[in-house]
Amino acid sequence: MLVRIAQGETARRGPRLRITGPELDDLAYQAAADALVAITGKIGQFRGESRFTTWAYKFVIFEVSAKIGRHFWRHPAVPLDAEDWDRLPGWFGADPARQAEWGDLFAALRRAVDCELTPRQREVFVAIVLNDVPLDTLVLHLGSSRNAIYQVLFAARRKLRAALAANGYLPDDSARGS
Amino acid sequence: MNGWSALDHFLRTDPRDVGCDQAMEMLHVYAELVASGEPADQRYPGITAHLHACGPCGEDFEGLLAAIRGGAY
Repeated sequence: MLVRIAQGETARRGPRLRITGPELDDLAYQAAADALVAITGKIGQFRGESRFTTWAYKFVIFEVSAKIGRHFWRHPAVPLDAEDWDRLPGWFGADPARQAEWGDLFAALRRAVDCELTPRQREVFVAIVLNDVPLDTLVLHLGSSRNAIYQVLFAARRKLRAALAANGYLPDDSARGS
Repeated sequence: MNGWSALDHFLRTDPRDVGCDQAMEMLHVYAELVASGEPADQRYPGITAHLHACGPCGEDFEGLLAAIRGGAY
């Protein structure tokens, strides 16, 4: 059952991954095996808030996620510490025909990244946004946790938006608390 | 979404966002509510906010939902 769930999940994510064939199947078997270990170890924590199978499948999904993150850590598409600012407009789907309009915006964003963020926030922003490094891969690279990296990025997003809003590039809705 | 609105959307943060740890702790409960058509977003607005903002957790949620809906009960 766990193998079937893991295979379903790897197949679901497969088209977006550069992993295919036996390697993808091997990843599914490893994820199912590690999920079984996790389920066995945590079974005392099951509180009956959902069906047991749903609770158990969660660990399979987590293991598939972790193994995909590890795969990309071993085989990065770009160096994790590269810094190519020309990728930024593309990441946000900016229309090249409106370059004059968004050119100022992205220049302001780059200034805010350099001036407003802490070194750790900058490192995380550059890796995830400029280098398109999957968050789970960055977690492994930095020896951190998904929640810790997410919180760093969360704080960075808030700072950057505040800086851009203060300079009139984005609507100022600080009264809404966002 | 063009560059402007996509950037605005990405930089917006929701103060209700509970973060990865809390969202993943309750993911099985949340996913089951969604699968059964219950208003999970009203019961767990902080998890909904997080799943909209966090790509990896959103992906895990979609995966768990697919597993549930795949008739794997």
